[in-house]
Amino acid sequence: MTTTTTPPRDPSSAPPPAVRSAGALLLDSMRSNMRQYGMLIALAFIVVLFQIWTDGTLLLPNNVSNLIQQNGYILILAIGMMIVIIAGHIDLSVGSLVAFVGAMSAVMMVKHDMPWVLALVLSLLIGAVAGAWQGFFIAYVGIPSFIVTLAGMLLFRGLTQIVLEGQSLAPFPDGFQNIAKGFIPEMGPYTQYHNPTLLLGLATIVFLLLREWRDRKRQLAFELDVLPTGLWAAKCVAMTAAVVAFTLTLASFHGVPVVMLIMCALLLVLGHVMRNAVVGRHVYALGGNKAAAKLSGVKDKRVTFLVFVNMGVLAALAGCVYAARLNAGTPQAGLNFELEAIAASFIGGASMSGGVGTVMGAVIGGLVLGVLNNGMSLVGIGTDYQQVIKGLVLLAAVGFDVWNKRKVGR
Amino acid sequence: MSAPILEMRGITKSFPGVKALSGVDLTVRPGEIHAICGENGAGKSTLMKVLSGVYPHGSYDGEILFEGEPAAFKDIRDGERHGVVIIHQELALVPYLSIAENIFLGNEQTRRGFIDWNDTLRRAKTLLQRVGLRENPQTPVSDIGVGKQQLVEIAKALSKEVKLLILDEPTAALNDEDSAKLLDLIVELREQGISSIVISHKLNEIRQITDTVTILRDGRTIESLTVRQTPAHEPELSEDRIIRGMVGRDLDHRFPARTPYEGADAGELALAVEGWTVRHPVDHQRTVVDDVSLTVRRGEIVGIAGLMGAGRTELAMSVFGRSYGQYVAGTVAVNGRPVVTKTVPAAVEAGIAYVTEDRKRYGLNLIDNINRNVSLASLPGMRRRGGLGGFVDEHHERQVSERYRASMNIKTPTVFEQVGRLSGGNQQKVVLSKWIHADPEVLILDEPTRGIDVGAKYEIYTVIDRLAAQGKAVLFISSELPELLGMCDRIYTMAEGRLTGEVTRAEATQEVLMRHMTQTRSTGSKS
Repeated sequence: MTTTTTPPRDPSSAPPPAVRSAGALLLDSMRSNMRQYGMLIALAFIVVLFQIWTDGTLLLPNNVSNLIQQNGYILILAIGMMIVIIAGHIDLSVGSLVAFVGAMSAVMMVKHDMPWVLALVLSLLIGAVAGAWQGFFIAYVGIPSFIVTLAGMLLFRGLTQIVLEGQSLAPFPDGFQNIAKGFIPEMGPYTQYHNPTLLLGLATIVFLLLREWRDRKRQLAFELDVLPTGLWAAKCVAMTAAVVAFTLTLASFHGVPVVMLIMCALLLVLGHVMRNAVVGRHVYALGGNKAAAKLSGVKDKRVTFLVFVNMGVLAALAGCVYAARLNAGTPQAGLNFELEAIAASFIGGASMSGGVGTVMGAVIGGLVLGVLNNGMSLVGIGTDYQQVIKGLVLLAAVGFDVWNKRKVGR
Repeated sequence: MSAPILEMRGITKSFPGVKALSGVDLTVRPGEIHAICGENGAGKSTLMKVLSGVYPHGSYDGEILFEGEPAAFKDIRDGERHGVVIIHQELALVPYLSIAENIFLGNEQTRRGFIDWNDTLRRAKTLLQRVGLRENPQTPVSDIGVGKQQLVEIAKALSKEVKLLILDEPTAALNDEDSAKLLDLIVELREQGISSIVISHKLNEIRQITDTVTILRDGRTIESLTVRQTPAHEPELSEDRIIRGMVGRDLDHRFPARTPYEGADAGELALAVEGWTVRHPVDHQRTVVDDVSLTVRRGEIVGIAGLMGAGRTELAMSVFGRSYGQYVAGTVAVNGRPVVTKTVPAAVEAGIAYVTEDRKRYGLNLIDNINRNVSLASLPGMRRRGGLGGFVDEHHERQVSERYRASMNIKTPTVFEQVGRLSGGNQQKVVLSKWIHADPEVLILDEPTRGIDVGAKYEIYTVIDRLAAQGKAVLFISSELPELLGMCDRIYTMAEGRLTGEVTRAEATQEVLMRHMTQTRSTGSKS
């Protein structure tokens, strides 16, 4: 380097951003999100593959609704699991916790005739307490999360059987069942389409476009690099088209499933928290380099604790959705859910060593698994082969990432 | 004189961007103890790694003759087969295995493919006798002290039929008694015909036991001096002579002219540490920082000089949120107000920032981008006011990182580049940006120019100067004396956890500093 004689410039005179080619910008953002783009492309590929293979059954409105309702609880778990893995931990107990919360909700509603809304709130509270229990041992006592949650896996499974006395409890009130099976109610005149869904779709488009526009305006105001206008417009059009297609598909069946509403809310809120809240940033820092994070003033114990409380609440929510879908609290609920959630996170871009991943990635990873499940069932592949294929997909997804990193990092 | 056991000729070793060794010569005669001296970063450890096969033949230029034969070690084990064994500063023992298992690790005594425990234990016992360690060979290594562990390492070396033993800072972690024992053992091994190369900062030890001293500086051999051991064990070579060899160079870095701070509060105390005492985090018997008191004024750059293991980093990290060791006593005041710096957030709140010497381990999230590394220590301040309950304003964040990219001259295509891909100098600028943006009163910079090239060093110096000119107090820890002499208003020296001197800019020379830095308990006034 030959800059010995150039002293750094004064901070107040930051230069205007260099005008850089659209291709370079696109490549930059692609490279930094390689894993996610890769998975999005893989998801699109799988969807197209099964769409052709099933002669168009995959994307029929009723199957799309079905797909969402079938995978809702796994996606909810995957979101929580992603955050746990970003923080550099793992949670093996979520499957058992799903069963336990489902059982408790059944006891409350079926045995004690509790109103379902109250039972739901209490169920989430139980999840929070369970998460706090595990988070305490992990964060404050310092027992590795693998061990604490392995213990939790046994503990909550056992408690489920104790609470249910080994038997299933059913049925749930209709309102509760609606969480998993229901759609948002139809309103207004008959239009061939589900009206509220159309409105929601429109609202989504407006929201997305407004956000894009505002971001761009602020970036310009701050003189930061932005996409060239043409490319940006193309991006907006593509986004709008995707939402329109999806909205029309759902609206031509029963409309938006309630689970999907819950999912979108989680995606929006937790995605924002992980990206823009101080605590979310601290989760990334902790997973990326715990020692450096601590020396930068991150309260490592509290952040870890909160991550597990969050996981507990999400597991409880998934437990309620699953119980509502089965319309029963059963001792065998949630078996291997933790593995599905972990697989979804890794397919969606998490790293074993922590510090990497996004909430959106968890959803994409979960959808990859979900579409595979659904598509393979539609074409009549047996569950035996399904497991083999899913295992290979997980291996390939992570293997590709490792290979890609090695190539870039040299 | 007999033919040399080892001859290294014109050894040159480069790392990306740095030439660690250029044309180093080293000659060791059979049955001698040969010391290698030099400042931190002079190339001592690199030279030993070349010799022992850590850096395989072909990764360096030059020629090595061992016992007269050209040596081309492929790896450490190849070197060991020829009788060259290195004992690193950080011991490489497995704590939960027994002494005997450790001695024969990788060299198991087997019969028909299974470990022969009788043979293992019998041979281990003999080896332990040779090194004078009276311990049951079945004792786990974690149950014996560091001094004894060092002896186990030597026993392990002996088990490999060692002809040339390399010891890297063998007494750095030992107390006086264990050190004396170890030095006696090295002398004893010489009587048995084993040559040793000893890297050490402790000049008194060197004078005690070695026959020859080779001095390295800036990756070059400066000279080889003979220590004549008279019958009365009164060596002729003085410590001053060695020091002169170690530091005697022209200033080959340039430093920016210091800009004085002209605020109204110039000269007021910004940082005052009183009676700071800290023990080792695991070995509570060892006092790592011993009753240290120091001050830094606003706009002042104050250096701390000391050799490796002097306790400089330990002092800094324990003051910064007690991030190191076990606190025993001491107070900290910032701007005249006493502050409690029990946790890192408290220390940051009090206006202290610490830029670590090990940026990869303690300074950066290498897998994340520049943008987020810069903002990490000041996220709460980047929250958007009002609106949706205090989320980080990403645009503001990016604006900040873009500003530092420009002002610190961080060479990168975008602030979204992964920090792990940047060069050392640019990584250091990212760490500095992070802490400068946290807007502290006092910046503790620990080896801020370690492992970065000359051009980037100048830029870092300019940044430090600018901070002082803005009225910040800077505590500058460095192993490079010219750097301290070029930048600091005052320099403290530390040795063995204690302050051993305070020198003003006018009085400071490398010789003066080095004398204070090597003023260990055993050489200085015997108190």
